[in-house]
Amino acid sequence: MNQKQQFNISVTLWTLTSKEIRRFLRIWIQTLVPPAITMSLYFVIFGSLIGPRIGEMDGFNYVQFMIPGLIMMSVITNSYANVVSSFYSVKFQKSIEELLISPMPNWTILLGFILGGVARGVLVGMIVFFVSLFFYPEFQIQNVPLTLLVLLLTAILFSLMGFLNAIFADSFDAISVVPTFVLTPLIYLGGVFYSINILPDFWRSISMANPMLYVVNTFREGMLGVSDVSISFSLTMISIFIIIFSFLCLYLLKKGIGIRT
Amino acid sequence: MNNALEIKDLVKVYTGGTKALNGISLNVKEGDFYALLGPNGAGKSSTIGIIGTLVTKTSGSVKIFDKDIDINIAEAKSMLGVVSQEINFSQFEKVLDIVTTQAGFYGIKKSIAKPKVKDILSRLGLWDKRNDQARTLSGGYKRRLMIAKALIHEPKLLILDEPTAGVDIELRREMWDFLREINNNGTTIILTTHYLEEAEQLCRNIGIIDKGEIVADTSMKDLLSRLDVQGFVLDLEEHLEAEPKIDGYSLKLEDSLTLVTAINKDKSINNLFDELNKLGIKVKSLRNESNRLEELFIEMVKR
Repeated sequence: MNQKQQFNISVTLWTLTSKEIRRFLRIWIQTLVPPAITMSLYFVIFGSLIGPRIGEMDGFNYVQFMIPGLIMMSVITNSYANVVSSFYSVKFQKSIEELLISPMPNWTILLGFILGGVARGVLVGMIVFFVSLFFYPEFQIQNVPLTLLVLLLTAILFSLMGFLNAIFADSFDAISVVPTFVLTPLIYLGGVFYSINILPDFWRSISMANPMLYVVNTFREGMLGVSDVSISFSLTMISIFIIIFSFLCLYLLKKGIGIRT
Repeated sequence: MNNALEIKDLVKVYTGGTKALNGISLNVKEGDFYALLGPNGAGKSSTIGIIGTLVTKTSGSVKIFDKDIDINIAEAKSMLGVVSQEINFSQFEKVLDIVTTQAGFYGIKKSIAKPKVKDILSRLGLWDKRNDQARTLSGGYKRRLMIAKALIHEPKLLILDEPTAGVDIELRREMWDFLREINNNGTTIILTTHYLEEAEQLCRNIGIIDKGEIVADTSMKDLLSRLDVQGFVLDLEEHLEAEPKIDGYSLKLEDSLTLVTAINKDKSINNLFDELNKLGIKVKSLRNESNRLEELFIEMVKR
């Protein structure tokens, strides 16, 4: 690199981030359309067909109650899936060498992938929200700043978890185990479709140990103004986990675990 | 002249205990065209992997133009370009995007990268294929793309790990010309190859690595001068029925139009021609029996 070409770190970060965004936009049929269709089916079946028979949940029409939960579910699965599949793919195709040989510091590599995951999570979240308006046009967000904050923090947290999964993954099976056997059950049992207030005491206590419950309910507090959990506790825990996972990812990158021989 | 690459006491022990590098030290001068040869599993790729930070070293140090890869990381990496043995770009992206993105990873703004990308793709005959998905390229064009990617940030040191493996002869020659050109323009080149003719044709200096140790580090000329005997093949103008007997020279008739001989370094090839002339045997053309470097290489790594 000659003297005139100053190494510009913001260019490297933008290059990786825009590459990640281009990647999921290029395959929009696999990344953006499925959540819109799946969530439409949830709204049709659970909202319009079964919902009226269920009645109200925490004082809200059932469709209205489901909207924050389904948006969160989409954000969690998409931000996680984006990073885990993209980072594992670059490992698998060996194009990670392009990044490792270049002068990019580890934090820009991590941030680039996380921003890609956040972009997809937030975009899918917005798509699901607009889809929900077809089924409940009069929906109004109660606390916009809190809603946006939780949306962003959740996308960051699960992108980081996807990154960790990809670092340790050594096969395509390994990147589907966590989403299938851990994330999905926890999300479904984390208050997306119901309030834990309807559960017997024992199951309510068990549910309190599910981290998804805090994410979903904090988001529901932002959108509807109701929650089964303490908002300050949830936000603190999400932030603490973001910090822990960020440092863990940076440590693993520095040590080269899962990416260097 | 400065060292482009300075390796000191480099040790690599893989998990499981395999010792790939046994404390090797190596200096490559600025502007050199250096061949790093060795049989499979000798430690070449481990060495290149450590220089490019793709492989973690157990101990030792590596400096690129005096910048330590552990201390002055960004500066050292900015001066290095690596063409890996295996294809390492996303097969689903367009040629133009792959090279432009690579420039971005080196912090080069798109506006500055654009003309550079056009130039390097044109020089490597890839400009017409700039909008093709990489997976649709032939093996040879994929190799060219690897070189374009490694050169986009104008590195002062370029390392090529078997760049012509699986490439046809015509393309190999074109790549040789291209590499000679960038070396003449000041880029230091380190090359590993299994085609020893390639190393002999291109490189001025040579290192031979075997079982994790450097067994030779010298000039190509010096190494080749160690050969005592050279084999030649003589194509004849007229058919011969039996091989001629000439004192001091061993001659073998491979077929009625081909004579094979091994000549000691202290013998003159002119004398052989004189003797053949006297016997009325006309030689149409002369060529080396086999690659000279290959003979030395096999001798050195079998010890």
